[in-house]
Amino acid sequence: MHIPDGYLGPPTYIAAYAACAPLWGMAARRVQAGLTARQAPLLAIAAAFSFVVMMFNIPLPGATTGHAVGGVVIAIAAGPWGAALSISVALVIQALLFGDGGITAIGANCLNIAFVMPFTGYAVYRLLARPLSSRTGQAVAAGIGGWIGLTAAAFTAALMFGVQPLLHTAPDGRALYAPYPLSVTVPAMVLEHLLLFGLVEGLLTGLVVYYLQLSRSARLVGTVASEGPR
Amino acid sequence: MTNYRRLWIGLIILALLSPLGLYLPSVLRAGAAWGEWSLQELHELIGYTPAGMARTAEAWKAPLPDYALPGEEGASLTRQGFWYILSALLGIAACGGGTYLLARWLSHSAR
Repeated sequence: MHIPDGYLGPPTYIAAYAACAPLWGMAARRVQAGLTARQAPLLAIAAAFSFVVMMFNIPLPGATTGHAVGGVVIAIAAGPWGAALSISVALVIQALLFGDGGITAIGANCLNIAFVMPFTGYAVYRLLARPLSSRTGQAVAAGIGGWIGLTAAAFTAALMFGVQPLLHTAPDGRALYAPYPLSVTVPAMVLEHLLLFGLVEGLLTGLVVYYLQLSRSARLVGTVASEGPR
Repeated sequence: MTNYRRLWIGLIILALLSPLGLYLPSVLRAGAAWGEWSLQELHELIGYTPAGMARTAEAWKAPLPDYALPGEEGASLTRQGFWYILSALLGIAACGGGTYLLARWLSHSAR
């Protein structure tokens, strides 16, 4: 779901940068306000974790690939604003050093992967974590959050792809940028994430949260869950 | 701190396992991610190259495109796997270091 250069027309990628600017500012302020000496290393690990998780391409045999992000487990451990900041760093490094995701599309990709995903998934987790208060219940709530969070990001990426033919079509009917309409992009991206990549994300999220609760890092999960979003 | 050390070791292990993300799609003949096709791949799908895309698609030349050396798309899987692991380690260092410095800078500018 890393949108490459050339798939979005200038109005879309400029709007995405414009939408990200205040969100990045807010993330910086929220992280700054909640930052203790302990949290800088946590955010650093979160960014590195997200980077390496995204390298595990999961095949849909004979067709396409996708990957997990780790965005929701990071939101649970570091707060959704901390997740937004650390995943944004990972996305910038991916675009600059490895050409994974376009330079023009950094705003769009951050919007989908660094904001939509952790915030949606974290909201789902918070909603379910109250009734499912046991240790396993928390992991299940986190897993469902991861599943929904990644699928939500795929949905907003599909919207960005799908509006391109509406905005930019040459007189001869050929697309100037991403060619497929919403009726193709939304089912394709949402279904593959709902049915495969999102399930992998959910499994990963649930397992890592379960592990963090067992180990002494439980505080990481516990403090955020009880203090509310930062 | 020991907790963090354990997590960092976990990340190094993930980096060493990362070529799985290269080999499994290759073995199972899974192509590019949806919406991340190269100009050629998209041309095969729709029969033309969108004009605006042709102008901006190669705006940026990344030093290690797709986690490999430039121009090594056809290299052996072993060689690609080696660069994949190296990219993972480099990415972990860059993301970890970059975020740590950003967070430290934010906490200092708060005082």
